[in-house]
Amino acid sequence: MLPGRSWTDQRIENVLGNLLRAGVLLSALVVLLGGAIYLLRHGLSPVDFGVFRGEPPDLRDLRGIIHSAFQLRGRGIIQLGLLLLIATPVARVAFSIFGFAKERDGMYVVFTVIVFSVLLYSLFGTA
Amino acid sequence: MTTLEFSLLVYGCSLIAGLVGALTGLGGGVVLVPLLSLLFKVDIRYAIGASLVSVIATSSGAAAAYVKEGFSNIRIGMFLEIATTLGALLGANLAARVSTHAIAIVFGVVLLFSAYFSRKPRSQAERGVPPDPLATRLRLNGSFPDVDGVRSYNVQHVPAGWTLMFGAGALSGLLGIGSGAMKVLAMDQAMKIPFKVSTTTSNFMIGVTAAASAGVYLNRGYVDPGLVMPVMLGVLAGSLLGARLLIKAHTKWLRLGFSLVIVLLAIEMLYNGLSGRI
Repeated sequence: MLPGRSWTDQRIENVLGNLLRAGVLLSALVVLLGGAIYLLRHGLSPVDFGVFRGEPPDLRDLRGIIHSAFQLRGRGIIQLGLLLLIATPVARVAFSIFGFAKERDGMYVVFTVIVFSVLLYSLFGTA
Repeated sequence: MTTLEFSLLVYGCSLIAGLVGALTGLGGGVVLVPLLSLLFKVDIRYAIGASLVSVIATSSGAAAAYVKEGFSNIRIGMFLEIATTLGALLGANLAARVSTHAIAIVFGVVLLFSAYFSRKPRSQAERGVPPDPLATRLRLNGSFPDVDGVRSYNVQHVPAGWTLMFGAGALSGLLGIGSGAMKVLAMDQAMKIPFKVSTTTSNFMIGVTAAASAGVYLNRGYVDPGLVMPVMLGVLAGSLLGARLLIKAHTKWLRLGFSLVIVLLAIEMLYNGLSGRI
């Protein structure tokens, strides 16, 4: 392998590593904040996850979650953090498209665009 | 049990699952769903949603540490993610159509396979195998830092590995697991990729695979914030700790212990699925 290429690969991977770490830590902080509010308000009430009801609409999609989070509801803020978490690998894939394009690796740009499209479809095409 | 007690207990169990999952390369997700549904009596659909989201945290959190070590291969990861994300979409759509009994039974079988393959001796990726023409065209061959300097490897059996990865993605979407065992199986056993490269690349891929079905689960209302919060934070803390220890850990005994736990959970899941309790 040419030294130039492996250097670029390693650099891309380092940027990706930092991106993943930042995304995960940010989402963990948001979930922690939401969790604190949730436990302060509901910590002493009994749990019931044994019966499946499904989540209400305001905890299912982007609009509802953002609305709920801005009303400072614990569950809404947690859900916003989880959305950030789901977005992290999607952002990683988006950045890889850019990275492979910089390396002029057309084949891997195509591969990455395919993966990115599947991810966008699952997030927005299945609602 | 109050919500506070429940959250603290689930947090502790998830932390251990994330730690052991990262150290063995098998992922914590494979034990999360049985733990939540058998021990904490959580409905399996909520358990799967929580596990799936946490799997993203495990993967992304640990990958951040791995990429610095230079083990993972970004091209192998991206090429195989085409298979895993398509499989994950299929699996997530199947999950809405089959009964919870069926999911529990499939889960039990997958757990048994995970335990079996974690006991199988690793293929000592033979050094100096001739490069495979397809792998070369796809630029999958690479190198990594080993004890005796930088070691290069040639990837084999690309179509078989890709097909296994599609299956791994489908199971991930159906069961809410990372399918780490099957991903490592595809790379380590079928494609003859060195073990450390397989486990770290697999960890890297799991987040993207899980994200492909997480959207479907969120839209369907399977992701409960009150449950996911302690699971996700626990698994993340455990996996970050595990990634720090990975380089020096002797995983042999850990893998043995972990596979015994997996067998026990498998029997429980099969029993509960077949008797209609889940």
